Amino acid sequence: MSDHEYTPSSKFGKWFNDRLPLLTLANHLTDYPTPKNLNYWWTFGGILTFCLITQIVTGLVLAMHYIAHADMAFSSVEHIMRDVNYGWLLRYVHANGASMFFLAVYIHIFRSLFYGSYKSPREIIWILGIIIYLLMMAAAFMGYVLPWGQMSFWGATVITNLFSAIPLVGESITTWLWGGYSVDNPTLTRFFTLHYLIPFLILGLVVLHIWALHVPGNNNPVGIDIKKPSKDTVPFHPYIVIKDAFALLMFCIVFALFVFYQPNILGHADNYIEADPLVTPAHIVPEWYLLPFYAILRSVPDKLMGVVAMLSAILILAALPWLDTSKVRSAVFRPLFRQFYWILVADVLILGYVGAMPAEGLYLLIARVATAYYFAHFLIILPVLGWKEKTTPLPLSITEPVLGGSPNLAAARSDEKIEKTIK
Amino acid sequence: MIKLKNILFVLIFSIIVLNSSNSAEKSPPFLETKWTFKGLFGKFDRASLQRGYQVYTEVCASCHSMKYLTYRNLAERGGPEFSEAEAKAIAASFEVTDGPDSTGEMFVRPAKLSDKFVMPYANEQEAKAANGGAYPPDMSVLVKARKGGADYIYSLLLGYSEPPAGVELDDGVYYNKYMYGNKIKMPAPLSDDLIEYTDGTKATAEQMSKDVTNFLMWSAEPHLEQRHKTGFRVIAYLIILTVLVYFTMKKIWSRVEPKV
Repeated sequence: MSDHEYTPSSKFGKWFNDRLPLLTLANHLTDYPTPKNLNYWWTFGGILTFCLITQIVTGLVLAMHYIAHADMAFSSVEHIMRDVNYGWLLRYVHANGASMFFLAVYIHIFRSLFYGSYKSPREIIWILGIIIYLLMMAAAFMGYVLPWGQMSFWGATVITNLFSAIPLVGESITTWLWGGYSVDNPTLTRFFTLHYLIPFLILGLVVLHIWALHVPGNNNPVGIDIKKPSKDTVPFHPYIVIKDAFALLMFCIVFALFVFYQPNILGHADNYIEADPLVTPAHIVPEWYLLPFYAILRSVPDKLMGVVAMLSAILILAALPWLDTSKVRSAVFRPLFRQFYWILVADVLILGYVGAMPAEGLYLLIARVATAYYFAHFLIILPVLGWKEKTTPLPLSITEPVLGGSPNLAAARSDEKIEKTIK
Repeated sequence: MIKLKNILFVLIFSIIVLNSSNSAEKSPPFLETKWTFKGLFGKFDRASLQRGYQVYTEVCASCHSMKYLTYRNLAERGGPEFSEAEAKAIAASFEVTDGPDSTGEMFVRPAKLSDKFVMPYANEQEAKAANGGAYPPDMSVLVKARKGGADYIYSLLLGYSEPPAGVELDDGVYYNKYMYGNKIKMPAPLSDDLIEYTDGTKATAEQMSKDVTNFLMWSAEPHLEQRHKTGFRVIAYLIILTVLVYFTMKKIWSRVEPKV
């Protein structure tokens, strides 16, 4: 942190700042020394903040027109789509915004996994991130229930039923969650309330997430500790601000393509059929961003163990800083880890794919193998790799490879190596 | 340097995700027809929407409701764009129950522009009773509620045939190769010259299917034209801004090594 004493130039500024140091905070954020070798994978933090704000603002306006009642929810959504000025735009931005939010968060998480950003001294940032991710899933799931379409209703039924797997008290908990003996109006109204609440919890956690980040400062593609400020860093403004802005605009173009030209491609057609408790859809599938966990859930034959496996798959990430025993952060200097990393990426994509397929035959077999591998990656491969792997030499600073001192020059400067591994 | 490959990777990732969530079922390839509403500047064919409304009201409306549509929608921009007088006349040809009046009695009056489309049945039970136990779905958002959208609806309307050997059908069940499970309770609704178009277009089954599907697409996405128009402007604006920000970024980063 650049904690040189900051003194506002104006007299009023000084008076105010002595009482509430907002100007000191602004100065800290502006000057915040950032490693200058951050690549575009590091721009997703800013993009995610944008996503959160977008969801809150559009959600706020949608909530002014939406009616949380089992008999009226579906038609109030149609009212928004037809009669509210730019209601179609608000709703499509909000619905696709959820998907874009998850797309960005997955890139953000996998960036962290690749460059070892979760390692000491950044464990708390990482764990806060996992909590945010869990809350995002809860918010997204409950938000998907609100239009009260067929997938809303049956998705809610399937997911809330998972709680009934808990021994002894499971049934009572499920009834308590529903506010009745099935998913019905009380369920909808409480989901609406919680869907409204959670984004603000996330917002608070994001502040903590960034606060915790500003204590040690950013990790970087080389993954070594750097002196701050030094010739290895640039001030956050204008260097990182303009780079984040550029990346955000690119992201917004993709976002806009979905919103304006394929607004329903990420959704499920069945959700345009009003919820009917008497008709079960042929396939009940969650939104794409939950599919890998859905696959893990279904790959275990026992219901309770399935739920345990699904929860563990997420919670195991919180233990990652201690499961990964390697002292070297960046995968750039870990040739073996790099390979296992890409296998994990493929594994999660495969889980997502089989999560959308019926749980039978070959799909089920693939789901089981992929689930086993997922846990093996974190519980066996990562700890063992830390002891066995021979890492390549680390440069002494970010500028060193630039000055031509290290064989890892190319790797440290850009992602070329990573791109090669993609191929 | 823009990491083009990085961006590509993001795109590939999203495509995988899209495919995985959408390839759950297989059905025969849909019949092909050219839709004017597709593409960057896609717009509805106005005349086709008006004919489509005629098909709906003369054929489909005897069983299918469209409860989210209002008669004023027929005169709104981006839709069939009947003149206001025409839309009023259409509305007035239906009767709605209103009330209670000042004496507490319900009364029947001709529909107005502000009324919702009149439904063929009083409730779902009556609809089922009249249709052999099958509920004719509300058609307001039907195109969006079916996988394959407009192509599916168009194909289904033309997909009726005699069942292949070995397929037994109960009474009141028909064979349609695009229907999920191939069995459908709706008899083939359209046949050549079933109706007479007011604009003189020859009413072939294909023509009617296309017109009514156009109409249903509009009813499911009444703001589609505005969406395409706004979308093009938004994206053009974003691209220009992105280019400007890109050069600004290059300029700012020219002061440090390594450059972006």
